[in-house]
Formats: sequence, C-alpha cells, structure tokens
Amino acid sequence: MSTPRAKIEQTAREIHAKILRGQKPSVRIPLRALSNVRYRAREGYFELKGDDKERTLTYNTVKTFAQMLRMMAQAKELVVRRDIATKREMYYISKNWGECRFNEQAESDTVMDDLEAMFKLHREQLGFVPEEKGGSVAGRLIVIDRDPATSKPIRIDCTKFGSGAYSVPVSVEELKFETCARFILAIECAGMFQRLVNYNFARDANCILISMGGVPTRACRRFIRRLSESANIPVYAFVDCDPYGICNIYRTLKVGSGNAAHVNEFFCVPNATYLGVTPKDIKDYDLPTHPLKPEDIKRAEDALKNDPFIQHHKAWQEALQLLLHMGVRAEQQALAAHGLDHVVRKYLPDKLKATHSFLP
Amino acid sequence: MPKKTKPCRAHSKMAKTTARATGRPDRGPSPNAVPSSAATATPASSDARDEHLAIAREMAKRQREISVSEFFTRNRHLLGFDNPRKALLTTIKEAVDNSLDACEEAGILPEVQVEVVPSDGHEDRFRVIVEDNGPGIVREQVPKVFAKLLYGSKFHRLKMSRGQQGIGISAACMYGQLTTGQPTRILSRVSPKRPAYYCELQIDTRTNEPRVLREAKVDWEQPHGTRVEIELEGKYQKGRQSVDDYLEQTAIANPHVTIRYRLPEQEGVVLARASAQLPAEPREIRPHPYGVEIGTLMKMLQSTRARTLHGFLVQDFSRVSPRNASDICTAAGLSPRARPSRIAQREVEGLYRAIQATKLRRPPTDCIVPIGQEQMLKGLRKGVRADFYECVTRPPEVYRGNPFVVEAGIAYGGDLPPEGPCRLLRFANRVPLQYQQGACAMTEAVTETNWRAYGLQQPSGGLPEGPLVIMVHLASVWVPFTSESKEAIAHYPEIIKEIKLALQECGRKLALFLGRCRRAAEAQRKREYIERYIPHIGIALREILALSEKEERQVVTRLQDILERSRKK
Repeated sequence: MSTPRAKIEQTAREIHAKILRGQKPSVRIPLRALSNVRYRAREGYFELKGDDKERTLTYNTVKTFAQMLRMMAQAKELVVRRDIATKREMYYISKNWGECRFNEQAESDTVMDDLEAMFKLHREQLGFVPEEKGGSVAGRLIVIDRDPATSKPIRIDCTKFGSGAYSVPVSVEELKFETCARFILAIECAGMFQRLVNYNFARDANCILISMGGVPTRACRRFIRRLSESANIPVYAFVDCDPYGICNIYRTLKVGSGNAAHVNEFFCVPNATYLGVTPKDIKDYDLPTHPLKPEDIKRAEDALKNDPFIQHHKAWQEALQLLLHMGVRAEQQALAAHGLDHVVRKYLPDKLKATHSFLP
Repeated sequence: MPKKTKPCRAHSKMAKTTARATGRPDRGPSPNAVPSSAATATPASSDARDEHLAIAREMAKRQREISVSEFFTRNRHLLGFDNPRKALLTTIKEAVDNSLDACEEAGILPEVQVEVVPSDGHEDRFRVIVEDNGPGIVREQVPKVFAKLLYGSKFHRLKMSRGQQGIGISAACMYGQLTTGQPTRILSRVSPKRPAYYCELQIDTRTNEPRVLREAKVDWEQPHGTRVEIELEGKYQKGRQSVDDYLEQTAIANPHVTIRYRLPEQEGVVLARASAQLPAEPREIRPHPYGVEIGTLMKMLQSTRARTLHGFLVQDFSRVSPRNASDICTAAGLSPRARPSRIAQREVEGLYRAIQATKLRRPPTDCIVPIGQEQMLKGLRKGVRADFYECVTRPPEVYRGNPFVVEAGIAYGGDLPPEGPCRLLRFANRVPLQYQQGACAMTEAVTETNWRAYGLQQPSGGLPEGPLVIMVHLASVWVPFTSESKEAIAHYPEIIKEIKLALQECGRKLALFLGRCRRAAEAQRKREYIERYIPHIGIALREILALSEKEERQVVTRLQDILERSRKK
C-alpha cells in the first residue's frame, strides 16, 4: 500500500497534468451515506457499495475544490513533519487561506471526511486527530505505549489506577497489549463503569471494563478492536435498552457508522455481541421503565426500514419490534432499583452464564 | 406668431366644451354665454302683481353683464392659473407652444429663447420673455392676438396641432395685467426688409378689446420672429412640474427644436436640437360623423354654408359619400334637400341617430403626424441619459370618429435613479402634460401593463419601478382631455388599448435587454467568483508538488482559460 504522502502527491500530480492538458480537473470521492453502505456479515462491518461522486472543477465546485487541495497540502506537510493537527486546529489553519477559509468547523470536517474517503485512509494517517476523548479502561490489562518525549516503551498497568481509569489515547495504532482477561465489557455510560470499578467487577469476573461514553469514538472502537483481536477475547456490549443504545451505540461499535463507511473496516468491532439490557431483560428482571419518546419510535422504525445491519439480523428486528410493542425503554442503571449491587451480584453473572444467547 | 391658428383653437375649445358637456358637471357660464345671459335679464312686464314677479324683479336687479376679467378671475383654475407657480408655467407654455406652432407652419426650424427675470423690488413678480425665430405677426393682428380673449372663428376645423393650456396667450397677458398692472410688450418682425414692430398692449377688461398703449418701429437683430414680454405674479420653483421640466420634456418630444433658457438664479441652458428634420405639416380634416355629438351637430347645422342637408353631410364631414348622405336622410326620414338650419331646431335628434346607425368608412388617418420612432429616439437620447432606449409608433387608430396615433418610448439604466417608481412623461400633440398624472388614461395604461413580465418590479396597481423613464405620446386631431386645463387624457378604451400595445412592444425589447444585462452580470459574478479561488488551487499544487512560481502561474492561467471556456458553452 502506498504511503499517505505518495497518495496525496499522486492525486495532485493527476490534477496538475489535467490542468496542463487544458482539461477540467476532477476527483472521485465515494458517496458517504447510509444508502451507499452494505453490511458485510462475514467480515462484520459496513462497507461502501462503491457509488462514487465525481467532483469536477466548475463554477459551483471551485471553492470546495480549492479548499480540498489546500487541505491536502496541509496534510502533506503534517505527514512529512510527522506532526498532527486536531480537527479544530485544521479549521483555524484555514483562516490563513483568505477567501478560501472555512466559515464553520463543520465545513472543514466535511472536506476532511472527503479526503479520507478519497484516499481510503483514516484521517489519523493524514495527520488529523479528533478532539473527542477515546474512553476509559479498567481491569487486567497492560498497555505498552511509548513515552512521547523519549519514544521509549512504557508499560501501563490498568489495574493500578485505583478508583480512576486509563484513558484511551486518540491514536491507538502503535499500542501493544498484555492481558489474561476472558472478555471485554464495553459499557455505555461512565456511571455504570464507575459502579463496576467500585465493586471490583473486573477482578472478580476477570475482564476488562471500557466505558464508551455514548457512541464510541473511532479511537475507542479501534482500541477495543485491536485489543480483542490481539488477546483473542470476545467483546460484550452493555448499554441502555432503547433505540439509541441499540441502533446507534451498539451498531456503531460493532459495524461502524454510515457516514464514515470508508474507514469502518478498521473502526469496527465484529467480535462484539449484545449482553444487555435487552427488551426481554425488562420483563425478566422487572425493571422500572420510561415510555418511548416519539424520536425513539422514529429511530427504531427508521432502523427497521433502512439500516442494513438490523435488516440482516432477524433477532434484532424481533427485539426492536418487541421494544416498540412494549412502548417502553430502560436504562442500565434501572438495575439499581433492586439494590446497588444487583448488577454485579445477580444481573451480570446471570447473563454471562449464557453468552451464546446474546443478541448478535 | 400665427394669429389664425391661435384664436381658432380658442373657438374649437368652446365647441369641445359643449361636446363634452354630457357627463361633466356644469362649469358655470361658458365664455360665449356671457352676452346671452345678459340678454335674458330684460325686465319683466311691469303690471304683473303676483309674488313670482316680485321675486323675478328682485333677481333682475342682480342680473348684469359679467366682464371677461371677472370671469377670468373666477375661473382661472380652469385655464391653468390656479396658483402663482402654475401661472408662471402656463404663461411660458402658452408662449412656447404658440412659437413652435408658428415656426412649424412656416417651415422654419424653431429656435426658442425663454427668460424668467425677477422683477426689481418684488419677490413674487417675474418678467417672462419668450422669443422665437418664427414668421412674425403682421402689425394689424398683433393687438388682437395678444389682447383679446376668444378671438377668431373656425371651429369646424380639425387639425393636429399643439393643444394649448386654457384660452391662450391672451389669457396669460390678462393674468399679467391683473396681477401686476403692467402691459404686455410685443416685438415682432415679419421680414428682414422691414423694421420690427413694437407695442405695449392692455386688455380692456370690460369690453374685451385690446388697447395699444405705445407702438413704434424699432431695430431688431432678428430677421423675423416674435418676442413676448409679460410681467406677472408668479413663483419659480424647481423640480417636477417646473418650468425647467416643461422645457426639457418639450425638447424630448420635439427633437427638431432648439431651446435656450435662463431661469432665476441659474446659468443659461441650451437644449440643442437633435434633429434638423421638421415634422411634416399636419393635414386639416373635416370631422367624422361618429365623433360629433348632438350639440355640436346642431351648431354645425346652423353655421354651415351648405344649402341642403345632403350637401351639408357630404361637404362638412369626412368619409360621407353622396350615397351615405342619401342613406342617412332616408333613415332619418328627412328630405335631402331640407335646409340645414331648419333641421337644427327640430329633427336633429333623428338625424343624429340616423348618422350613428349608418355604416361609414373610418376617418382618414394620414392627417396625423406622429413624432416617429427615429425622432423620438433622438429626443429621448438627448433628454435622458440611459443605457437602453426603445420607441414604438403604433399604426393609426380611431376612437369615436377621431383618428389618433399612440407612440411610446422607454429609457432604462444609465444615470436614472435606480430606486423608486419610474418617471412617466406624458405628451399630447407634442406638448408635455405635467399635472394630474393620476387621472390620466396614459397612467392607467402604464399601471395596467404587466411590467413584471418584462423583468421589472411593479407594486400591484402601481407604476413599474427602477431606473426607467416611460414616454407616452398621443397624437390626434382631437385629443380628448378630461378638462379644459388639458392636463389628463380621458379614458377611452380604444386609446388605452393602443397605449398598452405600444408599451408591451417596448417592454418586450426591454426584457431582452435586461436578460442580456442579467446574463452579463451573472457571468461577471461567476468570473469573479472563480478568479477568487483559482489562485488557491495554484498555491496548493505548488505546495504539494514543489512547483516553481512560474509553474504555479501557469496553473492559474490555464485554469482560468479552462473555466472561461466551459462557462461560455
């Protein structure tokens, strides 16, 4: 595979050559939308179907075209100097471009996603990193990283953070892992993560706890993916029982997002299965509930209609339909209704006895 | 100055008054009614005793002759002397219109000089001096032309000529005399071989007779021409409906005229002629029977020289063939050999109906001399600085037996104010109409035209907006004004329709022009937009590919070529 720098230069050379030949330069960019996404069940992630849009330099595209090229030049500089810029920083860099500058970060993020898709690289390889935090990790895991100053390897023992936790860095590609844990538990919210840390669940169940904090970031997904593959252990997702927890948080963790399908290959966790909370758990464990909000219903119906992942799995269709039928949702922390320790004493041990019955 | 056209118009004016009497409130005693009203005041029989007689006697004491000056003072608003500002304008208008008519009739390219000089010691008093290079007026006629109201008699004549405001120049002289007591000063020369004639005139306001206060033979540098000087109470004010405005508009509708003028506290202005082509002299026509109303018909019957009804119909009207005349007589149940004056009293109604029911040819239309498309363009170009001009002359049409021609012109863009409603210039027989725009059929035609279809903004029911001047000209042997002050055209559907057609023709051309402008502006905008971002593509490629500055410039110029080419496709 050619290096990011080679790819940037190759594209620029093609554009240059076309201009010298007196032709309108153009680039091909994959269409980034759920409609251009296919679920590859065997590999376990969303993949682009291959609908490209051709961006030809015209009156209408000249501004974006210029912005894209200037960002490419910036990416090349970052790659050459082995430097990074956050997405926000990239936005501010453009303020030096005069007329060409971005007016909103959303504009620069879009161009960045286009570049990523065009080069089939992830933005980190182009030197762009996100602001967003990766996630928190606790349990029997040693992460081998490098000291940013000296580049010497350092070993980070994730059991040594007391009541705190190890933070997933923005770039996880160079990390190495040592662990003897049996599985990874990916948890939706920091509150539940803290509860399990406090009850020492990682040691008792011999697992690694990772708090995703809502929809997992790319770094977090990549971290879980690399960890689960290097240690060859399964990933269990423990999220709220509502359409958002299922269709956004879990689905993105497992197969990636529709918008960034060009990179899902790397940023997905096909090993993941759904521990809970399931619609059935609501009945089985007699959990307190809230009624589904209109946007919850809309999201569930939309997923049933348009989401290739849900459409692929009958079990998920049934689960979502059951949820819609029940008309309620339950949060992870609803388990506290039966006692704060109910989740570690009863719920998780029960569920972990039957991992084969987890939703796909 | 032409003595014959002027008084004749004063008379035809009266004819018109009668013709239009239907549908309009009575405007009080008409000028020619003055003597007859006096005649009705003969004393009643003295030995009658009843109460009515006493009242009649009482009334008789109050009945007396109305002098011309009294009539004038009361009705001066009808004649265009409503207020000091308008009085100044009307005076100049009367003089200038007469000058132009005189020059054209004599085949002379008109050069008119207008001066308004503030009178010493009076804030609201001016001397108005109008001088032309016309044929001049023979000595004996001068006093009557300028100092006798309602002079002349030729009232069947129908000829396209400048209408005039009110009764004429003599009304202006009278106004000056009434407001300042000063006589009108006339200088006129009919031939370079003869000396000029100078006189000072006053009107005897009781008898309506001219009084010559002074007269002399004098030297004058003009080989021929007339100079009128009237001192009057007035007010000079610039802006719309001003003297300046009138003169400028006159120059637009009369591109063959040179006007020099000097107004208070201003530099002299020269509106040079844009064309050396004199308009053709209009042909005089007889009235068409369809355009004659019953009162006029009666007057015509009484004053005709024809001895039989048949002869009257054929000789005094246009488009009545001997066979038509026989048909009319048969239809009216009248003898073709009947005496016209006898019919005037009794059978006139039947005759009128018979005329209306008989199919007649349309009146001749070659008696109308429009400004013409080319001349109108010259006039507009001279008077209005714009980017686009279009003028249209419609073919002649007929309303109520009167032939007419509508012309319209448009000027757009350039120095015209970009915001607000357009400026509407109205003309009737080449004379600007400056008052009562809202009451005019021309305005109605403009507002009823859908200008949005031609790419202009137009509030509903309003004038179109933008840097636009619209010019409408109605030429006719008989312009239907809504009132004696001749400020607005009456709403005849035939006329409105023609004006709209002319405006639509102009509008279509304007739409093409605006489309071209819009496309050019859009292209310019796109070019600028593209040129704003192309350099960045050059910069980026230089940074990525380590190009030289020369190569970067090459990229930029090439790209501009490429986009320019594709944009033109």
